[in-house]
Amino acid sequence: MAYPIGSRDLLIRGGRIIDPSQGLDAVGDVLLRNGIVEACGGTISTPDGAEILDASGLVVAPGFIDVHVHLREPGREDVETVASGAHSAVAGGITAVCCMPNTKPVTDNQAVVGFVKQKAEQAGYARVYPYGAISVGQKGETLAEMAEMVAAGAVAFSDDGRPVESAQLMRSALEYARAFNVPIAEHCEDMTLARGGSMNEGIMSAKLGLKGIPAEAEEIYVIRDILLAKRTGGHIHMCHLSTKGSVELVRWGKERGINVTAEVCSHHISLTEDAVDGYNTNAKMNPPLRTAEDIEALQQGLADGTIDLLVTDHAPHHYDEKEREFADAPNGIVGLETALAVNTTYLLHTGILTLPQIVDAMSCKQAKIFHLPGGTLARGGIADVTIFDPNRQWSCDPKAFKSKGRNTPYGGHTFTGQARYTIVAGRVVYTA
Amino acid sequence: MAGPLGKDLLGLAPLSADQIRLVLDTAVPFREISERAIKKVPTLRGATIVNLFFEASTRTRISFEFAEKRLSADTVNVASAGSSVSKGETLVDTARNLEAMKIDMVVVRHGGSGAAKFLAERIESNVVNAGDGTNEHPTQGLLDMLTLRDRFGDLAGKRICIVGDVLHSRVARSNIWGLTKLGAQVAVCGPRSLLPNAIEQMGVTVFNRIEEAIEWADALNVLRLQLERMQAGYIPSLREYNRVFGVTSARLEKASRDLLILHPGPMNRGVEIDSDVADGPHSVILDQVTNGVAVRMAVLYLLAGGKPELAEAAKKGVA
Ligand SMILES: [Zn+2]
Ligand SMILES: [Zn+2]
Repeated sequence: MAYPIGSRDLLIRGGRIIDPSQGLDAVGDVLLRNGIVEACGGTISTPDGAEILDASGLVVAPGFIDVHVHLREPGREDVETVASGAHSAVAGGITAVCCMPNTKPVTDNQAVVGFVKQKAEQAGYARVYPYGAISVGQKGETLAEMAEMVAAGAVAFSDDGRPVESAQLMRSALEYARAFNVPIAEHCEDMTLARGGSMNEGIMSAKLGLKGIPAEAEEIYVIRDILLAKRTGGHIHMCHLSTKGSVELVRWGKERGINVTAEVCSHHISLTEDAVDGYNTNAKMNPPLRTAEDIEALQQGLADGTIDLLVTDHAPHHYDEKEREFADAPNGIVGLETALAVNTTYLLHTGILTLPQIVDAMSCKQAKIFHLPGGTLARGGIADVTIFDPNRQWSCDPKAFKSKGRNTPYGGHTFTGQARYTIVAGRVVYTA
Repeated sequence: MAGPLGKDLLGLAPLSADQIRLVLDTAVPFREISERAIKKVPTLRGATIVNLFFEASTRTRISFEFAEKRLSADTVNVASAGSSVSKGETLVDTARNLEAMKIDMVVVRHGGSGAAKFLAERIESNVVNAGDGTNEHPTQGLLDMLTLRDRFGDLAGKRICIVGDVLHSRVARSNIWGLTKLGAQVAVCGPRSLLPNAIEQMGVTVFNRIEEAIEWADALNVLRLQLERMQAGYIPSLREYNRVFGVTSARLEKASRDLLILHPGPMNRGVEIDSDVADGPHSVILDQVTNGVAVRMAVLYLLAGGKPELAEAAKKGVA
């Protein structure tokens, strides 16, 4: 079974095309045909029978990609399915996602990888690229069968949800994965420091009487893994960095030419630990929301390229799982449908990033670092396009989410910036 | 029902200085009821109160029960040995059940920080926090303050040092919030591994040595050291704890002036406090217990809509 392709030519007319992969930022047309980009830029005459999409006043960008989401299928289909997650993605302007393997059963073999891919193709919204687990059962003991999973369609490996506690196993993973040219993505968390913690360790945790997770719980693993990447030459990708120290360590690694890349979640560049006040479980996530100083460092890291990608760590939960005492509530928020809006509101309209930088961090670099199709509107590329209005205001209503999850700290927030058309393989799959 | 304290007593952080003074002032007439032969007034007759204890605490539960009974309320004790979770019922289910039973007040003790607030937001009944996780234990804070006020009068400028495991202590947090609101100077002293990292930002002084704390303070509030902190790796041994941070008579004798000794109980004698100190002339530990009942009576009275200016009449059983 193949991914559904648009049946007619689609001419996107008169938008501001921003495609850092070709250094393009100019008003023009884009023509999509048979699921690929037929032409991009300048004035294109309308082919016979083509569908026309007027994009004047809007930004036309290569489809956004999110390399860090949790789709919950198989195992917790009540919380999210591949289909509902892929629908949620396109509602946020995201045309492709990489889904983490902490499913039930764990995605640690080719059968589960194939199952997830098949579910995504049936759904026909966003493209879904599964991660495989680094270790069997994510137990941190033995390497999972990476070669077989790559053959079945896995694009990267991670034990996300937990760290790889054994440095030796992480070393082996980095070495072994080199042959397949796929990143090893690490959830950086020293459990001996973090266990029992439910928020950032600092003044707010002192006030609320909650056990904190210190910044060093993350940073110890960041530097450990950078050193292992240096030793092995493998590609380490740092998941959801949240602290100033982490940014400085990644900068240190990159300056030395070590093969390290990094991502940051939209919530970590927009909210501080203050959002937890009153024991707000919708602001509970791992890594936790940190301080204003950390936010500034993460934003700066994005601006200077130390941090490569903007991701969501989309983590839907059933509403009653968050309806409980803070320390026992699950971590995570619904991210796919607010990511673009958070990024434009907190990074673009504040002057921290330019539009091309946002498109680069949400699309081009994601494709490049994870070796995925897309991330470009160059002729011959896949016809995945996000058309958005960076100035449109809207109010976040969790009840309207396409995700099955409702857990967001942004309910009632007014954002500036929204996806208007999401196009996958030349087909408009979402309109706002 | 909402009186001058609002619907609930969740902590001392949300209260104003005036509200704290109001509770302390109201507790004074109520304290006398406990001195009488017939220790009962009809003030809360007909009110039903559930004491919901997810965590064992004989002292606090008995103190609340006395307070309720002396005000003539009907009480039910619900104890749950394990956590609510282990029984498969969530706190939100508990809240719904309580709501359906049409009770007037809930006194809740729970292992999760924020649990009392969680419950209060979901039920109409007044909620009194009897200790939630490592957040607050407001009635303990209030009884400590009443005990200090009995001896010192105005607390403004008085120096109170909390000694011990501040990191895991709800008593410490309630003391810090309450005492600083009334203008006292607050310090903490204990092993750094048992003090929250950012504690200075809460406006308290930190002493690393108990001798310095004793020299500085007008009163020491000595916290109970949970014996499992040693196994958990926070401190090397109980013996060393006593030698370095123990409140001993030898240390107190060296001080240039007398100071008051408080302890929320139950005590580990010979660990955080020595017996001769606990039973000595400067100890007000038993006054704390007496004041505990009075403060809880005042809290229940005020939450039930009792008028502070009528507290004197309520004591006589006529209001
Ligand atoms: Zn993670
Ligand atoms: Zn994740």
